[in-house]
Amino acid sequence: MAAYRYDYEVITQWIEPGEKVLDLGCGDGSLLKHLIEVRQVQGYGVENDPDKLLACVRNGVNVLQANMDEGLTDFEDGFFDHVIMSLSLQAMHNTQGILAEMLRVGHEAVVSFPNFGYWRHRQSILNGRMPVSESLPHQWFNTPNVRFFTIADFDALCEMNGIAVRERIGFDEGKVVTEEANFLASMAVYRLGRD
Amino acid sequence: MIQPQSVGIVTPQTAHFDTPLALRSGGTLPSYDLVYETYGELNAERSNAVLVCHALSGSHHVAGRYADQPDSTGWWDNLVGPGKPLDTRKFFVIGVNNLGGCYGSTGPLSINPATGKPWGADFPFVTVEDWVDTQARLADRLGIERMAAVVGGSLGGMQALSWTLQYPERIGHAAVIASAPKLTAQNIAFNEVARQAILSDPEFHGGNFYEHGVVPARGLKLARMIGHITYLSDDSMGEKFGRSLRHGKAVYSYDVEFEIESYLRYQGDKFAGYFDANTYLLTTKALDYYDPAFAHGGKLTTALAGASADFLVVSFTTDWRFSPARSREIVYALLHNRRNVSYAEIDCAAGHDSFLLDEPHYHAVLTAWFDRIKV
Repeated sequence: MAAYRYDYEVITQWIEPGEKVLDLGCGDGSLLKHLIEVRQVQGYGVENDPDKLLACVRNGVNVLQANMDEGLTDFEDGFFDHVIMSLSLQAMHNTQGILAEMLRVGHEAVVSFPNFGYWRHRQSILNGRMPVSESLPHQWFNTPNVRFFTIADFDALCEMNGIAVRERIGFDEGKVVTEEANFLASMAVYRLGRD
Repeated sequence: MIQPQSVGIVTPQTAHFDTPLALRSGGTLPSYDLVYETYGELNAERSNAVLVCHALSGSHHVAGRYADQPDSTGWWDNLVGPGKPLDTRKFFVIGVNNLGGCYGSTGPLSINPATGKPWGADFPFVTVEDWVDTQARLADRLGIERMAAVVGGSLGGMQALSWTLQYPERIGHAAVIASAPKLTAQNIAFNEVARQAILSDPEFHGGNFYEHGVVPARGLKLARMIGHITYLSDDSMGEKFGRSLRHGKAVYSYDVEFEIESYLRYQGDKFAGYFDANTYLLTTKALDYYDPAFAHGGKLTTALAGASADFLVVSFTTDWRFSPARSREIVYALLHNRRNVSYAEIDCAAGHDSFLLDEPHYHAVLTAWFDRIKV
């Protein structure tokens, strides 16, 4: 089991009981399992890593193997209430494509990602080294992340693509950040929609 | 955890049925036999039964071996046994030879009571749905109200899927492996070539070759050779045989030169030595006809609306006879109906035959899935 992650609590708040939920890059299925237990959701995960897929089956959550970089073409428009991508967006090549797909198959999208603009990360860069932290645990040479962006970058992307930011919560390693999120938050969770 | 073991020595049994069976093709069988094997113990609640459905050339002999035949290991022995993915310490596993088969269940080799001679080509067409009906009757006979799971690969997967539609209240879980919701035109085409090989063999005698004391061995052999080509992937065939030459160089003859020729001829001859040509014809037609969406205007989502089981769907990356895309059709039609479904696309080089192998990740997924089933 993966460690309990503090973005789960926020995500759970945004899910109504009995919703249809899709979790993209669902890992071992622990978020889905949590949502099934506390929100009785009809949950499905998407995972392309064989070991994580196996962990989902062991956890008893529905998991579908698919390569998300090829889009969500097999999923129907508006089928899900929420489509979640927890700490995986930064590992996707086709960022704009997957965001559009999430908002095609779901009424709302929930996205969390590590904030590269976090002050410790900036400090690390100023010191000449790529950041390694709780939210960015990998070294530059073995990170699965392929997109490096800040909260401000993501806000700009949403605006450019006509995506409505309905809620945004920043965290500084577990504690909610109320202001200057792009500087003080190590991670952010967004609730997105189309107006 | 224990080391995986064999179920050991097994003995087939026969169940005789006297209630007439109405077939989808129009006819009625007044009575029939089903040959089956079981492994493990049926629990007191009768809640731990798992039916394993066989594909084109399989049988009721899924696991273990026969006392007097050391080379008689069951066709899915790597799956079924103590400590194996389908663990017989937990489950009561049933294998049944389908109606129309040639391993003891009533089929073309059986005597037609109306004529006193083997049915031969007069044996009625049977469908996947007919098979499932007879399997349900066998379950009745064994006192099993509800199957914990029905499992099958290829044509066996079609039976597992059909169980969830025909008897949704009698099945808890379905594993549909390397299968499809219907065959494609290309897939039917392969079956048709195989059938023509048999039908055009002079020793087929319109299906009544038994009374001539011959078998259409050349036709069956050809049919099997074609089948084997489609069960393997280009890569696995290349890796296994490549362009290896028996004599190390071309000798300009139509005898075996390339190793792949030797393999196909050997498999073809072996198959022609034990399999019944009429069963082959019937079974390939059952494959071709299977299409649960047909009665629903071609809409698979509508066809699967009545399914209530929890599903595991598995495909193999190099399987081009029952490609992953065919499995995904099932998966997303189930998703549309909000059914519980998991889908694994296993990276395995062996083509359609992969479902019979004990590829570690594949078996790990099956183990995990069976472990979750409460009995």
